[in-house]
Amino acid sequence: MAESMKRPPRKIQGPVAWMRQHLFSSWYNSLLTIVVGYLVVTNVSPLINWLFLEANFVGSEPSDCSGTGACWLFVNQRLNFFIYGFYPDDLQWRVDIIFGLLAVAFVPQFIEKFPARKACGLFGLTGLPIIGYFLIPGGTFGLEVVESTKWGGLMLTLILAYIGILASLPIGIVLALGRRSDMPMIRGLCVVFIEVWRAVPLITVLFMASVMLPLFLPDGMNFEKLSRALIGITLWQSAYMAEVIRGGLQAIPRGQYEAADALGLGYWKKTGLIILPQALKMVIPGIVNTFISLFKDTTLVLIIGLFDLLGTVQSTITDPAWQNVAIEGYVFVAFCFWVFCFGISRYSQNLERKLDTGHKT
Amino acid sequence: MKKQTIDSRPASPKPWYDPRIRSIFFQVVVIALVFWGGWTLVDNTLSNMESRGISTGFGFLDETAGFGIIMSMVPYDATMTYARTFWVGLTNTLLVSAMGIVAATILGFILGVARLSSNWLVAKMALVYVEVIRNIPLLLQIFFWYFAVLSSLPSPRQSVEVGGAFFLNNRGLYLPGPLTQDGFGLVWGAIIAAIAGVVGLRIWAKKRQLATGEIFPVFKVSVAVLVLLPILAYLAAGSPIEWDLPALKGFNFGGGISIIPELAALWIALSLYTASFIAEIVRSGIVAVSKGQTEAAKALGLPNGLTLRLIVIPQAMRVIIPPLTSQYLNLAKNSSLATAIGYPDLVSVFMGTTLNQTGQAVEVVAITMAVYLTISLSISLFMNIYNRAAAIKER
Repeated sequence: MAESMKRPPRKIQGPVAWMRQHLFSSWYNSLLTIVVGYLVVTNVSPLINWLFLEANFVGSEPSDCSGTGACWLFVNQRLNFFIYGFYPDDLQWRVDIIFGLLAVAFVPQFIEKFPARKACGLFGLTGLPIIGYFLIPGGTFGLEVVESTKWGGLMLTLILAYIGILASLPIGIVLALGRRSDMPMIRGLCVVFIEVWRAVPLITVLFMASVMLPLFLPDGMNFEKLSRALIGITLWQSAYMAEVIRGGLQAIPRGQYEAADALGLGYWKKTGLIILPQALKMVIPGIVNTFISLFKDTTLVLIIGLFDLLGTVQSTITDPAWQNVAIEGYVFVAFCFWVFCFGISRYSQNLERKLDTGHKT
Repeated sequence: MKKQTIDSRPASPKPWYDPRIRSIFFQVVVIALVFWGGWTLVDNTLSNMESRGISTGFGFLDETAGFGIIMSMVPYDATMTYARTFWVGLTNTLLVSAMGIVAATILGFILGVARLSSNWLVAKMALVYVEVIRNIPLLLQIFFWYFAVLSSLPSPRQSVEVGGAFFLNNRGLYLPGPLTQDGFGLVWGAIIAAIAGVVGLRIWAKKRQLATGEIFPVFKVSVAVLVLLPILAYLAAGSPIEWDLPALKGFNFGGGISIIPELAALWIALSLYTASFIAEIVRSGIVAVSKGQTEAAKALGLPNGLTLRLIVIPQAMRVIIPPLTSQYLNLAKNSSLATAIGYPDLVSVFMGTTLNQTGQAVEVVAITMAVYLTISLSISLFMNIYNRAAAIKER
């Protein structure tokens, strides 16, 4: 009797049921939803107003900005400086070519079924740096010389991050192998090198590179500021890289080492043909993650006086010609970095999921 | 029985094929190369310093510094030595790191739990926070807080005021400072007694539970003892705290505790940034506890609170602690970005001003790096000890 008197079950489908389940499942959840919802609504609409609706996009003078919304003219007007720094206008095609080649090399990596994906990636790691080495500074093949003090903006940020990661990869591999070596002296040296660099902040490394490197080198041999920063970044980054690669080396099952020994392979053949290919494939997501953090850390070079993306914006904000554009400038830089870092991290998460198949032991 | 000899053993390998000899040879070569490289560097450095007229040694530490520092935890003025500037910088670094670690941990744990909330809106907002903040460079965030937010606050005369005790303006945040009077010792005594009582209570409750199986509400009683006992002592001693209120004197505030905007910007940025990483660590730690564990606890009839406290949190902490350590280390290292906005931390005061004034690059850089090395190694040592205590005891 009581059975038949029971009410029909509550709806479990449709928007109302969804809301009941996910937003108002208990009294404190309802309270939380209302408080958070109120905060979101009251903050997001002024934000959208400021960012888009009341913002000024056209014009060329500071007076064209109404002052109620964001003044995007500022970014518009200085975009060239933010991207190329002081690179001469008529030579910027050289940088554009490198940007294009960068896109050719890395955009296919996001497209699953692109036919020449691997070839493009390989070109990005080998051919592209060589072309860039000749094209950007100039001085060969009849190209006009552009000194590194004139490089800046987004271009400099990309150069620092790219060379930093590319140069630290081989050093990192050597250090990781050294740390796993049977020879106590070599192991000790690698451990000390890795731990010392990892313990100190990048800013001290950059200071050291800019203040102490000239003291270390013999008379007459010197580098300009950019190369010094790059040397510092590479040494520092290679210690982090070594730890990532060591993770891969440790994840290889013992059987692989033993099988290689059983086949009579020597150390270098064993490492080069059996261990490293598997280990490196395994740590690609880790390498990508270190790249993201290095990419964010390149902003620190502005402290030693280089004009990276943040540096160019920071120097323009203090320009008396434009007043009160600090927030616009920072939002612009934040957006640039966010797009890069978020995109790459999504890519690395995808990769992790894809590579997670065959390595379970 | 006679010992059998194996005749078919191959002839002993040539010395350059012997792995042991090879290994010794390689190590000798590498060590020789490192020594040669190091010696060249030292030689170059010494000759370079000689030609530039820079003296070596740590004697400069006893010279008078002659520059002012805007904030110091230890007494400091411009007539003191460079060694003193080192202490000022070091204490300022430790202060902002400690403040950052506390705030980032609290915020990070809240966000990490919010990421797993059954409330859709809360979970999504935490996700948005994490994904936005951790993909923007920290230096940019520090600049944003310092140059865009804090410097646009009103001047001291128009400060934002709360109840005549808290003031916020573009020179910093001013709070009332406690001045302990006679009789405050009673309150300290009460605090110590409360802590001792709670420890005793825990031991007693555990014994009772083992003997009778009854559970004593230790947590609630402990909180009550810890809060009530000092308050009672405070009232009994006749409220022995006077508050030193900040007040406008001339162009700026005096009295009370002041937090300079450099410290505030650095603290806010470091905490918000690191919290986004800690949130992800906490989330993955909680997710790592398999569902079977909570189901088993339910099957045993444990209430929700006890399941969380006895089953989920201990297992999640095991996963959370190691990456959390490295985040703390990162925060301490990132506090060196203070240089960019002029907060007088170790790098800014010692590696910046002191190095520029004395020119003792090698010594100053070596001291600074040694400090960071010590901080890193001691934090990781401490955490390793904790880790060993928390690790799964397999028998």
